[in-house]
Amino acid sequence: MADPILELRDVYSSYGNIKALKGVSLKVFPGEIVAIIGANGAGKSTTLMAISGIVPVDKGDILYQGSSIVGKSAEKLPAMGLCQVPEGRRIFPRLSVAENLELGAFHRKERAEIEQDMERVFSLFPALAERRKQQGGTLSGGEQQMLAIARALMTRPKLLLMDEPSLGLAPLFVQKIFDIIHDVNEREGMTILLVEQNANLALQAAQRGYVLETGTVTMEDNADTLLHNPEIRKAYLGETA
Amino acid sequence: MDYFIQQLINGLTLGGLYALIALGYTMVYGVIQLINFAHGEFFAAGGYMGVILLSFFAGLGYIDTHPFLCIGASILLTMAYCAFLAMGVERVAYKPLRRASRLAALVSALGMSIFLSNGLMLTQGVFDKAYPSELIQGGFEVGTVIVSYLQLVIMGLTILLLVGLNILVFKTRVGMAMRATAQDKIMSSLVAISSNRIIAMTFAIGAGLAACAGIMVGFYYGSVRYDMGFVPGIKAFAAAVLGGIGNITGAMLGGLIIGMVEIFGAAYISGQYKDVFAFIILISVLYFKPTGIMGENVDDTRV
Repeated sequence: MADPILELRDVYSSYGNIKALKGVSLKVFPGEIVAIIGANGAGKSTTLMAISGIVPVDKGDILYQGSSIVGKSAEKLPAMGLCQVPEGRRIFPRLSVAENLELGAFHRKERAEIEQDMERVFSLFPALAERRKQQGGTLSGGEQQMLAIARALMTRPKLLLMDEPSLGLAPLFVQKIFDIIHDVNEREGMTILLVEQNANLALQAAQRGYVLETGTVTMEDNADTLLHNPEIRKAYLGETA
Repeated sequence: MDYFIQQLINGLTLGGLYALIALGYTMVYGVIQLINFAHGEFFAAGGYMGVILLSFFAGLGYIDTHPFLCIGASILLTMAYCAFLAMGVERVAYKPLRRASRLAALVSALGMSIFLSNGLMLTQGVFDKAYPSELIQGGFEVGTVIVSYLQLVIMGLTILLLVGLNILVFKTRVGMAMRATAQDKIMSSLVAISSNRIIAMTFAIGAGLAACAGIMVGFYYGSVRYDMGFVPGIKAFAAAVLGGIGNITGAMLGGLIIGMVEIFGAAYISGQYKDVFAFIILISVLYFKPTGIMGENVDDTRV
């Protein structure tokens, strides 16, 4: 296999006094969709925030395209092709839809290409095109999630981190969002690291998966194998044995 | 009626100056939720730097040959000076406290205010320093209403700066990044915006506007003093609160209202109570509508 695009080596991180990550190791290879599943508070979001340089890493190393990004400030990463759709979408509520998208491309200079990408995300999400002048905060939850993904696509990521894209959405929207995830991975070869509480959905979309429990990886395997693992089915897929 | 119009013109002049100062409070609050109590000192430092530069140009003899060029250059250099001063203050007094409690930064701001004001006193002395007001003399009369050229200059410059700021904040990429940083700092760093740079820039712009107001006040009242930043600073703060702190349009509006109320209060009620009116407004706003006129984003839950 090729070299990993992202590798976490025994990463420790803490939120204040709480040790959120206690030695997380994982690898993501180019072109993959990798899912991280786990219960609430297992450290899934912290893992993504540590990769994005928002939560400091106490110990261990994070390699992106072969070089360490630990200690690099968060705002440097989008230009390197590393981008995140954070939990809760974090749309800029008092900026217009178009401005939210513009900001996704904030680190880019070429106007013509940005315009082109803007048209592309509008064709992916026609609902956003209709609302381009509307303030982000006035969109529905589903539309906000679309905007968050569209904004991330505007950065032209090589590796996209997604935190709970299905959270709080109607089933129809969830389906649409996973179709898009599948689409950008398939057609553009975008690598995706996906964090989900909806393990079923995540493992169906992903090729490989990691199970996170109280800050450490307890299992890793092909997504299919995990999906059929009785222990996983019991713990995360709500199945009674 | 003429008396009323006269007061209106005086009120607009003063209100515009308050608006310029109020913007610095509101922009800094918008971006880092800090009431920068040292902001009034940038205004005072501007007043001093302006007169120092004007005397320097006078010493070179340029002021007689090119008075407007000298005034313009003094204003620009002073704005730049205060912008750098404010970035330095932010770096030293606020940046290290970015992750500390808001109270810590507030206390640091109060300390910075005392430090800067005393610094001005020690270097410039305790006495009033005269402004070369004769540079912008004269005016015209309509009936019994007198409009001085200086008032026109002040109003014109104020409008220019306010329009310029609006364009910067609402029409440019940098302005967009600024608004994004004010709304969500974590997300803005996830889209490659350096919040440190935006915060420094916000301080610089606010101080630049205050510095310009400082020079104009120097011309308007004929002199500056080391402690001149205190009272107008607090009044401008009242204006920012009145408009809805964090809201740029609100600060402009609040400044105009405070200026008008002060002038009309002094003209029709009592000149002795002139300083009281702004504070009556401040207290009333805090009591009856703490979010101010335009403030929808006074929200303690915002990080």
